[in-house]
Amino acid sequence: MAEIILNTEKLSVGYGKRIILSGIDISAERGKILTLIGPNGAGKSTVLKTICRQLEPLGGAVYIGKNRLDELKVDTLAKSVSVLLTGRVKTEFMRCRDVVEMGRYPYTGKLGILSSDDRKKADEAMAIVGVAGLADCDFDSISDGQRQRVLLAGAICREPEILILDEPTTFLDIRYKLSLMTLLKRLVAEKNVAVIMSLHELELAQRVSDNILCIRENSPDRYGTPEEIFSGGYISRLYGVSESSFCEAYGSSELEKLEGKPEVFVIGGGGSGISVYRKLRRWGIPFTAGIIHENDIEYPVAAALAADVITERAFEPVSEANVRKAIEIMGSCRSVICAISHFGTMNDGCRRLLEEAKKLCILEKGET
Amino acid sequence: MRSQRVRIICGYSVLTALLIVLVVLNICAGSADISPSRLWNAVRSPESDRVAYKIITELRLPRTAAAIILGGALAVSGFLLQNFFANPIAGPYILGISSGAKLMVALLMVFSLSRGFAVSSFGMIFAAFIGSMASMALILLISGKVRRMSVLIVCGVMIGYICSSITELVVNLSDDSNIVNLHNWSMGSFSGIGRGDVLTAAAVVFPACICAFLLSKPMNAYQLGESYAASSGVHIRAFRASLIILSSVLSACVTAFAGPVSFVGVAVPHIIKSFFRTAKPIRILPACFLGGAIFCLLCDLITRTLFAPTELSISTVTAVFGAPVVIYMLLGREGRSVNG
Repeated sequence: MAEIILNTEKLSVGYGKRIILSGIDISAERGKILTLIGPNGAGKSTVLKTICRQLEPLGGAVYIGKNRLDELKVDTLAKSVSVLLTGRVKTEFMRCRDVVEMGRYPYTGKLGILSSDDRKKADEAMAIVGVAGLADCDFDSISDGQRQRVLLAGAICREPEILILDEPTTFLDIRYKLSLMTLLKRLVAEKNVAVIMSLHELELAQRVSDNILCIRENSPDRYGTPEEIFSGGYISRLYGVSESSFCEAYGSSELEKLEGKPEVFVIGGGGSGISVYRKLRRWGIPFTAGIIHENDIEYPVAAALAADVITERAFEPVSEANVRKAIEIMGSCRSVICAISHFGTMNDGCRRLLEEAKKLCILEKGET
Repeated sequence: MRSQRVRIICGYSVLTALLIVLVVLNICAGSADISPSRLWNAVRSPESDRVAYKIITELRLPRTAAAIILGGALAVSGFLLQNFFANPIAGPYILGISSGAKLMVALLMVFSLSRGFAVSSFGMIFAAFIGSMASMALILLISGKVRRMSVLIVCGVMIGYICSSITELVVNLSDDSNIVNLHNWSMGSFSGIGRGDVLTAAAVVFPACICAFLLSKPMNAYQLGESYAASSGVHIRAFRASLIILSSVLSACVTAFAGPVSFVGVAVPHIIKSFFRTAKPIRILPACFLGGAIFCLLCDLITRTLFAPTELSISTVTAVFGAPVVIYMLLGREGRSVNG
């Protein structure tokens, strides 16, 4: 059992006197990542701002270690908690190095003069985040993503026990999103830091978090491991989208399906049909997919996008009944697209669909 | 890192050299010309040249010292306000804080003249402080309501106009022989500042500047935004209050002795920041003081010598140099916000 470094008791948060979220009981452990997810405006940022004392709690309490948050001295708090909040910072004549070095604030003396040790730590932090090359650039002239990373370097060089990040992936491209997640994993493993953050990217939340708190309609809804949260269609309910739109296994999402009479029949399987399904969805053409095994890699996409999917039980050969059903639907379609080039024992039935399509002369050319 | 250090050393050397040259020029130039050699002789042996010695110590030196101290105070006051509002165009004159101070001082002066009692220089500073705090309160009230900094600046300028016109009214209503002096003062001038006044000003300005310098660490964090500073361990309320009080004290002190002096508070910190390529208070706050001193020495020299023996008001000259800098900054800001 890891050491709990921050926990809340029946915490209520909000602005002024207006409570927007109450009954929050979370605990962040050293060496663990706690992620807050939930729809826009649910109050994730408000929670983060409250646990780093940017906002007053409107009820309940926050504890850091054994101490109540509101009894901590500001510099003790600044040393143990590093915060990276959203919001554009506008600076003037400030180099990135100056911004990172500001991370050493609680450790410097009355006039804020850095020791060589402080400088070394700032340099290290810049190297870890990959912004060493930006050190002498003006902070105001770099891109939003670079700014985000420079601020992160500043947060890291403070060497906190708790790192609070509010949507740290905003402005980052996919490469830096991934490297940020790797970096966070490294920080928790090597420095035993507790990370508390909010994320919009569910697939990232699913992959890096040790625990996830879901916030929905003014109350914490569920708290658990990614495995517990990403199951039973819970995520779709949390965000109020149709269940098939979000794939729990991959953490990926698809557009809402097009309803209507299928115009195209797609013979798919083994992942080859995914791009076809997405293309048809983009073009706004309702389609039927078949015959897909329930454990097929492309099943979630087909289920999300196709007006109708003909499925076969996992690990079973395609049954005669399903083939007949497919041929019947195919007959009412304008055309057929065959996405697979190879048929095996289990999907031999699909070969018959292809032959049937050729016979009906509705097979699309060039799509196989 | 090294280039920054070189820049700072260069900057401070240049500023010091300029200061020395301008001090000598300010002491030497004037209606009675004193050559540097005569200055040297007079200072070395006062008995040999009593006239020169008297001019230097009674007139030129206090005036020069006043320009240095008050000029520096203005620049520092401007720098503090820029940090407070996170806006490089903020300054005591532009935001109407100097004018608020001016109004209070004018009221006190007219009142004291009509009742026939004299007000000590500390009394004047206090009145100016009340006035500048009143203007500041108004500005803070407005800044809570407007998001765009340019709107705040315009409001500040308007407050300045209102205060100035009331001051004019008050000055013209009073029928005293001192009205000429009062009028001169209300236009801004370093003339007529005696030795006692200079000492009083120094006693207020230097401690205030030292306090401001001691705030450089939190000021630096505050440059990254209020919430950043708060999470770094800055006591935000106390810090903001000290910025407000210090900048008000400084600009009040200037206004009490020299009347309103325009644009020094905006132009000088900007020039210093651009030259030093940094806004780190610990590095440039003393430079701002020096820069303000130099700027005011130069402008005062011009007011005295350009149309001698007629003197211009100091704001006339500082505006000629300062206003273009402000326009340039506004243009630069607009351009940048369009691009990104």
